Amino acid sequence: MKKLLTDFNKAFESKVRLGIMSVLMVNDTADFNTLKDLLNLSDGNLASHIKALEELNYIIVEKQFIGKKPNTTYGATKEGKKAFNTHLKALENLINNQGK
Amino acid sequence: MQRQIEEVMQHLDLTSVSLALYHKVLSMKEKTPSPLETLTEIKQLMERSSRFISLSGLSGVFAGVYALAGAYAAYRYLNLEGLGYFSGENFFERTRSTFPFLIIDALVILILAIGTGIYLTTRKAKKDGNSILDNTARKLLINLSIPLVTGGLFCIALIYHGAVLYVPPSMLVFYGLSLVHASSYTRNDIRLLGLTEIALGLISLLIIGYGLFFWALGFGVLHIIYGTYMYYKYEV
Repeated sequence: MKKLLTDFNKAFESKVRLGIMSVLMVNDTADFNTLKDLLNLSDGNLASHIKALEELNYIIVEKQFIGKKPNTTYGATKEGKKAFNTHLKALENLINNQGK
Repeated sequence: MQRQIEEVMQHLDLTSVSLALYHKVLSMKEKTPSPLETLTEIKQLMERSSRFISLSGLSGVFAGVYALAGAYAAYRYLNLEGLGYFSGENFFERTRSTFPFLIIDALVILILAIGTGIYLTTRKAKKDGNSILDNTARKLLINLSIPLVTGGLFCIALIYHGAVLYVPPSMLVFYGLSLVHASSYTRNDIRLLGLTEIALGLISLLIIGYGLFFWALGFGVLHIIYGTYMYYKYEV
């Protein structure tokens, strides 16, 4: 049991951070409002979790302008994708072992 | 008597304490979801963020009904003009005069089908609380359009060169390719519909001259079958 839990990533203990990564695994990029709507969050809540993931180098932030409006998009880094997949495997292993 | 009441009270007190504890355990359980719940949530989030799932099955059924009605109108019109549709050669020369009617017929079907589709899909998106023109919808439309518009231009070129016999098979094949291509951006069931349309188009290329029949089968009957299937699978 203990060995099983070593692959669990502390960063993904938060449902929000896991959610952000889930979206960025299947979309090359997503902007702030899309993430906010999908995860049903407030601006501040989402921003703090994004910051945490950014500090871990799991996501990359790109700022650009659409016309005159600033638009910030987020994408998962290689490191982030790897970490997410490891975490998923750990979850799957746990489920498989529960069955036994 | 007094003692009995005390005993009962004590008992009641104990039950309420154990009940409270039981509820606390339950609520703690709710706070940390099981790995299976987490995985399900991840999967749903991935689907919701990358696929447009508000597409209404009913719009398929309506498109099919319009297509059948339109095909029947074309069939009747050709017969009234003394052109047995399924008979023989020089089809292009004999049918040239019927083109305006057939093209208007096709456009009416197209506009009705798209209009009903937009209406029903908007209604469903509103009901589900999804936005109609979000990222996923845009991706779906772009990816559906590329093969579909190519097919449309291809068919116009065929008509221009007088190769009308190849128009219905080409419409089916290109429409099928569009659906297969677009299936990554909406419900995956669309993929099988696309493959069926492609197969039907290829068969009708071999049995040439029965274009109207295959067209009605592909755009009419298949839409009704798939639309009904998807309606019952996702909306009931």
